[in-house]
Amino acid sequence: MRWMWIDRVVELVPRQRLVAVKNVSLAEEHLHDHFEPVVTDDGRIVRPAMPIMPASLIIEGMAQAGGILVGHAEEFREKVILAKVSRAELSREATPGCQLRYTAEIKSFSHAGAGVSGTVELAEPSAEPETIGLIELLFSHLDRNMAGIEYPEHNFVFGEGFRTLLRTSGIID
Amino acid sequence: MQREEIFEKVKGVLVEALAVDDDEVTPDATIFNDLGAESIDMLDIGFQLEQAFGFKIEQGEMFPEGVTSDPEMVQDGKVTEAGLAMLRQRAPHIDLAALEADPRLEKVRDIFTVDALATFVENKLKAS
Repeated sequence: MRWMWIDRVVELVPRQRLVAVKNVSLAEEHLHDHFEPVVTDDGRIVRPAMPIMPASLIIEGMAQAGGILVGHAEEFREKVILAKVSRAELSREATPGCQLRYTAEIKSFSHAGAGVSGTVELAEPSAEPETIGLIELLFSHLDRNMAGIEYPEHNFVFGEGFRTLLRTSGIID
Repeated sequence: MQREEIFEKVKGVLVEALAVDDDEVTPDATIFNDLGAESIDMLDIGFQLEQAFGFKIEQGEMFPEGVTSDPEMVQDGKVTEAGLAMLRQRAPHIDLAALEADPRLEKVRDIFTVDALATFVENKLKAS
């Protein structure tokens, strides 16, 4: 089972936009390995260490949201892989109990791949969601690579983990 | 659109896509060797040029693909006359003089300069 970093797709406009949510839970093991304090330049601790979701996994969540959007555009026939993180800016940390909302939009699309622009929102349990990040990603259709390298016919990108998510989100039967 | 304006927009795209400094993007700088582009960056550069100039770019249009792996185009580590003819036909924006003088395979990556990319854009704008 591959790591899934989104819990559900809540909106899908084919070839345009996909919205997915991720609930950050203290039951997730990675949080117990990632405690970060906030320290000023002169070494003063302004917030003690607490479990936070690593920024790299937030980017992965956006990549999964964007990857599904790009894959859906060609009915999951293409092997869609993340080729480049063009930009990633996150302004605050995600802690247990919050919900992340990823909105991925296709900016460019060709038979070789797609450019996706993403917005990350964070909602605390009793607060309005706020935008905490902008992430721009480039996806490649693996079988259309410039080097002409051939890969197995089986679509190993959209495997069982993704298919389960797509089923529970009502995107596929 | 004037050549200077095209060049400045192309420069902006390359600075953004390749995370290079403004002053590195000179007309003679080569996209792959001097600016460090990898093959996947061509997709990114293509998308950004499409957005900046409002035209559509087909795969392999900026820089022909498959030259180096085609035995008709490359023999004994050198680009053949057929390979040069294909490049002349499919990439009229690229100055091939240096490759014609020294057709060694490793020189292929040197022919794609910032100036060639600006000429590619200029030709596309004229044709549209």
